[in-house]
Amino acid sequence: MLLKLSGRGLRALGEVSSRPFIGRISTDVAQRGPNEIWLARGGAGVPDGFRAYLLAGPRPVMPPRDSYALGPEFSYLSDGDVIRIEPDRGAVHAIYRRNSRTNSLLVTERCNNYCVMCSQPPKDRDDSWIIDDLLQAIPLMSPDTGEIGITGGEPSLLGPRLIELVRCLGQCLPATAVHILSNGRGFATGDLAKALAQLHHPDLMLGIPLYADVPEHHDYVVQARGAFDETIRGILNLKRHGVRVELRFVMHAETYEGLPAFARFVARNLLFVDHVALMGLELMGFARTNLDALWIDPLDYQRELREAVETLHRARLRVSIYNTPLCVLTPDLHPFARASISDWKNAYMDECDGCALRTQCGGFFASSTLRRSRGIARVRLG
Amino acid sequence: MTGLHARFRDRTAFAPRADYRLLPFRFIRLDDQRYVVTSDVGEHVVVSRDQLIAFARHELPVTGALYRELKAKHLVFDDDSRAALDLLAVKYRTRVAPVANLTGLHIFVVTLRCDHSCHYCQVSRQTEDKTRFDMARDHADKALALVFESPNPAIKIEFQGGEPLLNFGLVKHVVQEAERRNAVQRRDLQFVIASNLTHLDDEILNFAREHDIYFSTSLDGPEDLHNANRPLRGGNSYRAAVDGIARARAALGHEFVSALMTTTPASLPRVEDIIDEYVRLGFTSIFLRSLSPYGFAIRTRLIRGYDIADWLGFYQRGLAHILAVNRRGVQLREELTAIALQKMFAPLGSSYVDLQSPAGIAIGALVYNYNGKIYGSDEGRMLAEMGDDSFCLGSLDDRTFASVMTDDALQQILEDSLPESAPMCADCGFLPWCGADPTFHRATQNDIVGHKAFSAFCAKQMAVLRHLVTLLEDDPDARRVLMSWV
Repeated sequence: MLLKLSGRGLRALGEVSSRPFIGRISTDVAQRGPNEIWLARGGAGVPDGFRAYLLAGPRPVMPPRDSYALGPEFSYLSDGDVIRIEPDRGAVHAIYRRNSRTNSLLVTERCNNYCVMCSQPPKDRDDSWIIDDLLQAIPLMSPDTGEIGITGGEPSLLGPRLIELVRCLGQCLPATAVHILSNGRGFATGDLAKALAQLHHPDLMLGIPLYADVPEHHDYVVQARGAFDETIRGILNLKRHGVRVELRFVMHAETYEGLPAFARFVARNLLFVDHVALMGLELMGFARTNLDALWIDPLDYQRELREAVETLHRARLRVSIYNTPLCVLTPDLHPFARASISDWKNAYMDECDGCALRTQCGGFFASSTLRRSRGIARVRLG
Repeated sequence: MTGLHARFRDRTAFAPRADYRLLPFRFIRLDDQRYVVTSDVGEHVVVSRDQLIAFARHELPVTGALYRELKAKHLVFDDDSRAALDLLAVKYRTRVAPVANLTGLHIFVVTLRCDHSCHYCQVSRQTEDKTRFDMARDHADKALALVFESPNPAIKIEFQGGEPLLNFGLVKHVVQEAERRNAVQRRDLQFVIASNLTHLDDEILNFAREHDIYFSTSLDGPEDLHNANRPLRGGNSYRAAVDGIARARAALGHEFVSALMTTTPASLPRVEDIIDEYVRLGFTSIFLRSLSPYGFAIRTRLIRGYDIADWLGFYQRGLAHILAVNRRGVQLREELTAIALQKMFAPLGSSYVDLQSPAGIAIGALVYNYNGKIYGSDEGRMLAEMGDDSFCLGSLDDRTFASVMTDDALQQILEDSLPESAPMCADCGFLPWCGADPTFHRATQNDIVGHKAFSAFCAKQMAVLRHLVTLLEDDPDARRVLMSWV
């Protein structure tokens, strides 16, 4: 199912707050409190004592302050979700969904790389308010949450505020795995890596993209001279301080030829990383801008992919293939494929109906309809 | 190719600048056309003579494929990046760090008695009834104290002979005592018995099963060859070995039994038969070993039965046959080759004690001889049986681990055994893949460094490495199999 996480889905029913605020969805009267947002699916009774009211049913006669009619596209919101409401724009943003396996917190849109295939193109503006919001939101999240992703932009640009955020996660959600997507450059010098390590977060991993064995190729993909050196130093620093690191390699027309050399380089130089993810291209953001230059049918890089997986696997590295449906992978690569696409942007095609591998398969990005692999086909067993 | 949107810069904007600097490298001729260039950490590139010259003269085009390969393997760097220096440092540290673990292999010669009378016996075995060639329990206890003074987190105790099963009571004692100590020490502790398996019985097998003991046996090839090499008075050594292998596998598990072969003049024409015998018996590993210049191999002049060129022919034919066996889908790995490949491709190199820099003498392996004397290697005690005690590190009666490790004579041997500072080795392109063998050079040239131009050890290393690099370069099928051994 495709979900709309942000939008102008609110219509004010009366007097509203002047500033944006954050709260947790509740349908239980007993939960009332200053950070709780009442969600009513029907019925006229509106309890008092909530921060705001989202009403899907009929308008009450005397709506309390911050009562809104909720658009049907947000009907997925449910108990325990944490949302941000912007009263003046009538906007709602789902920061956290309790029932999702994949909650990602976007912590900044600023970035010091400018990757040719970036799915979330950076914006160079002050957005330090985001982290203030998140520090309010995290204590409202369920301690049962399995994993929280931190994404951007480039989280390490936040410096000490990133540390503050991870500390907050560790304190409020000690049983929740934290996965930070970072280009690693911010950890190249100074004490950020050490500060992160000293939090002793029980389950922390950094996912760091690396696109080549030599600087000129990596720097081209991320459009920043000197980025390779800083990323490598960042990885070395993080590992030196005992922070777990995953390498991420996005496969597209400008990178796939370097896959085998990349794998040999990692097996020789970075054998101490904790995981290597080889990732299919998500056709969003700059990947759309540069679609003709970057698109390659995954069928056409199977040889390079297989060689890279073989090299990494033989070196006893944990290796995974992300974002690629099983039908376009050769069967010997199936054991490495993971269902990795976040639920809110995951989709399946007509061919998937009745496919024997459907339950094991990660499916597609919703954006995948822009270009189709020749390999997409219903797999029948026997 | 379709270009990127105008707001992105193309590849040329990120190309390296036109000059570059060399990082430490060595080179050696591979054949008439090609050279092998190696880095200090053992990465390599094969180039033509012209390419080698252009590379060294800073004349390579920085946008070419060869430049990229040299740069990725940290043989050059340019103004755009210093990451090569950080990574080289990490790799060098990774490779040499295990030296600081000190001794992991501890060999107990529990008896020198043996029922076999092998022509090539390198330890100069004694006949069975002379119990004065057994290790005393007191010495075994002192040796165990030494074992656990080593800081190595992984300890392997290997029982050697003679035939160690002839003094099985002491083997049992050492295993039990080591496990008792290890209940506190918590090392990764492993036991191996090197045995001809003639004396294997249910009591031994039960004990081995209870204590996860591995067996390493000798198997020289088909029955006639094996029995010719390894005479057993009043018995059939081959039958005993094959039966023992089957019984030990049944009792302990297939992977608990490995075998070693020794090449005699009679083996030379029969490498295929020997390999086929290993395949037939279900082994996944074979070690094509040449004779060593110790013990009866010298006394009987057996070692003069072939020279290094004969052995290399044997090895090359053997390796070709092993590769063919693998292409048929049977997994079989040649150990000498695997050690070299580890050194070429694995970040940690190889842990094989006989090919290290500094040499693995004492810091890789310690040998506790039946008479209470301590040696720095199995070969060191073999030499001692021939009257040359230069690798003796004192007696169990008055030594601690620390006093052995800091022994002046040992320090001198280790210092002399760094190929990085040995004549001819220091400049050799194969240096990062090689090691020192002071005992061999002491035995053959009466000098622990040795003159490499006259060294059979060096000739063998050179030829094996040239052969391997050539296979890796020119034979994609062979390369695929060889890389799976790393």
